[in-house]
Amino acid sequence: MVPRQALEANLVTAPKVISRTSTSDDLAREYKWGFVTEIESEIIPKGLNEEVVRIISRKKEEPEWLLEWRLKALRHFLSLNYEEPKWAKVSHPPIDFQDIHYYAAPVKQAGPKSLEEVDPQLLETFNKLGIPIQEQKRLAGVTEEGPSKVAVDAVFDSISVATTYQKTLEEKGIIFCSVSEAVKKAPDIVRKYLGSVVPYTDNFYAALNSAVFSDGSFVYIPKGVRCPIELMTYFRINSANTGQFERTLIIADEGAYVSYLEGCTAPIRKTSQLHAAVVELVTLDNAEIKYSTLQNWYPGDKQGNGGVYNFVTKRGKALGKNSKISWTQVETGSAITWKYPSVILQGDNSTGEFYSVALVNNYQQADTGTKMIHIGKNTKSTIVAKGISAGHGQSTYRGQVQIMPTADNATNFTQCDSLLIGDKCGAHTVPYIEVRNPTARMEHEASTSKVSDDQLFYCLQRGLDPEEAHYVIINGFCRGIFKELPFEFAMEASQLLRVSLEGTVG
Amino acid sequence: MASTNGTKQPLLEVRGLRAAVTATGQEILKGVDLTVNVGEVHAVMGPNGSGKSTLVNVIAGRPDFAVTAGQVHYAGQDLLAMLPDRRAREGVFLAFQYPVELPGVRPWQFMKASVDALRKHRGLPEIGAREFDAMFKAAVKEMEMDADLMKRSVNEGFSGGEKKRNEMIQLALMEPRLALLDETDSGLDIDALKTVAAGVNKRRGPERSVLLVTHYQRLLGYITPDFVHVLVDGRIALSGGPELAHELEAKGYDWLKESAGTAR
Ligand SMILES: Nc1ncnc2c1ncn2[C@@H]1O[C@H](COP(=O)(O)OP(=O)(O)OP(=O)(O)O)[C@@H](O)[C@H]1O
Ligand SMILES: [Mg+2]
Repeated sequence: MVPRQALEANLVTAPKVISRTSTSDDLAREYKWGFVTEIESEIIPKGLNEEVVRIISRKKEEPEWLLEWRLKALRHFLSLNYEEPKWAKVSHPPIDFQDIHYYAAPVKQAGPKSLEEVDPQLLETFNKLGIPIQEQKRLAGVTEEGPSKVAVDAVFDSISVATTYQKTLEEKGIIFCSVSEAVKKAPDIVRKYLGSVVPYTDNFYAALNSAVFSDGSFVYIPKGVRCPIELMTYFRINSANTGQFERTLIIADEGAYVSYLEGCTAPIRKTSQLHAAVVELVTLDNAEIKYSTLQNWYPGDKQGNGGVYNFVTKRGKALGKNSKISWTQVETGSAITWKYPSVILQGDNSTGEFYSVALVNNYQQADTGTKMIHIGKNTKSTIVAKGISAGHGQSTYRGQVQIMPTADNATNFTQCDSLLIGDKCGAHTVPYIEVRNPTARMEHEASTSKVSDDQLFYCLQRGLDPEEAHYVIINGFCRGIFKELPFEFAMEASQLLRVSLEGTVG
Repeated sequence: MASTNGTKQPLLEVRGLRAAVTATGQEILKGVDLTVNVGEVHAVMGPNGSGKSTLVNVIAGRPDFAVTAGQVHYAGQDLLAMLPDRRAREGVFLAFQYPVELPGVRPWQFMKASVDALRKHRGLPEIGAREFDAMFKAAVKEMEMDADLMKRSVNEGFSGGEKKRNEMIQLALMEPRLALLDETDSGLDIDALKTVAAGVNKRRGPERSVLLVTHYQRLLGYITPDFVHVLVDGRIALSGGPELAHELEAKGYDWLKESAGTAR
């Protein structure tokens, strides 16, 4: 990416601009996940066409119906003429969709017996990602399952490399595996729900994802089962010029509960990388899914070069009555974020929640928010969005609350708070509210504030240096969101915030 | 001048200090001279708007004020050359007249961060959570603060008196060498006043000096200062011993206003 001003002047509609490489050598920004792992990987040539889709499908040994579905998605995507959605308040040079590798996978190793046998590069990566050694062993498949709270799935360049705790989960009938495995293990469930929440016609990036998705996580929680541990996926973009298109599908059957976490990082690269994921959640009667994200894709350097374009479609369908879907996200990474985790409140008495912290620094842009679509009676949604803008960062909250005529007694509470650091950044709030049932109750609060000089001086007077002082105040601003996260994740989130703010104040 | 005892070590030396409001250039301090020796307690009194808060805030390094002339030495160092956070870490503590709210910031975490910042400055490792927790609880108890309040955000929804106690808790935890108390007694009920006074008295000693701003003889009934100064229109109009506070209580400030500028 190039700095914003230059970029706006260059914005053209032709799809073919390949080079976003900058001449700047400054990768000075502290991004400690910016390493590249030299893992042997299999990669197919750049380009997007039916043949590429067929290769992906063949590599994954997919059934015919899935290939057909992918091809339909591809045809739909191509019919859109590379015209990306333009309504979001983000700008970037056009993406050349033919200049991307659509498949890269670490070459599989068969059943390592000890840590020594595991590809040391892979272990090193787990280390740098900050995964505890016990989890590493489990990920590498060398230790017995022990007592712990988190089952981890690691996805490298869209390919799931390891999943822990299979046994514990299987005993409860829980399926937690990669989507490709799920296609084999639970084909009926996958076929029934894949694309049922986000059809491939939904939007530009969803169409692309449906055509070329390589992997992602799949979760099925059977009737009446409360998943006893947190399920977690680490997503990692590793290879260069590789798009990341994972697809996640989570189904909570009647009365089931699951808390699912995802963490994302990518290496430092001077050119931008495309990440277009789709996440679909479905809750049946009385079920609950709690979905938490720590998104820390490489944000680009201080001048706005490189960084991940994070164009993600996340949606949940609260299909059953009394069911609940809750999204919590902490977005600190990516050059551009375009993401609106949403809930379709179809079942009567269902609940949708969205808790978000989005931080932009340097030249990052984030256009994020949620959609709550009330269809069932007595449905209830809560939206709390906190935007933090620093440097030249631009952050937009875009939210839509829709009350359909069928949704008697629907309630929505929305709160959007923006915090500005410095005077070159921006925060924007774009709420759409559509009420088609007079019994609805809507509440909306919004605020924009700056870190006040008085607050800063108070912290300085207590011995905190300016960076720590900002961190303390901003962390306080985010507290309402962090407390929605599982404990370990909350610590990590607050740590991420600190790292992302480094160099913001001098 | 405050100190008369030649054997004493000066901790804070203010010389010809002039300061203006940064935004407007309006001069508030018009040449202040003051010496606080190690272990002494000084009271600063004076009418509203005379510059008392400005004085202690300038010593703490608040950017709202710009020093236009004069010097401040602290433990022999040039205090004005230090950034405000550095001053704090060197042991200068200001109990604010109007403590600010920090939404979402937990007192425990905030105060531990302070203590750790001070320790780091002295080359010590972070304090253990358990050790700090014991200190924290002791300080909350000593200042007779409702422990439930400490589960809120820093100063958020605290009453005036609770905010002042909260400042005292931080004073207790940070153990400063120079405590600047800006009307810490205002808004306190009689029991709280005694608690605060006891807190200050307990910390009197050879390793600590106190500069307290107050309007009331009432506080000085519990804390006997070594010296009392009267600030009028940005200058110290009069200095004396504890008896001066009584005199002011009886006579008010008007008689000093006429002679302002002729500081002794
Ligand atoms: N940030 C500021 N901007 C403008 N004027 C200020 C500012 N701070 C202080 N002043 C002015 O400086 C003068 C001295 O204020 P200061 O707060 O030091 O008085 P004080 O002696 O502490 O009074 P009080 O007894 O009421 O607390 C007042 O006239 C006040 O209005
Ligand atoms: Mg004052």
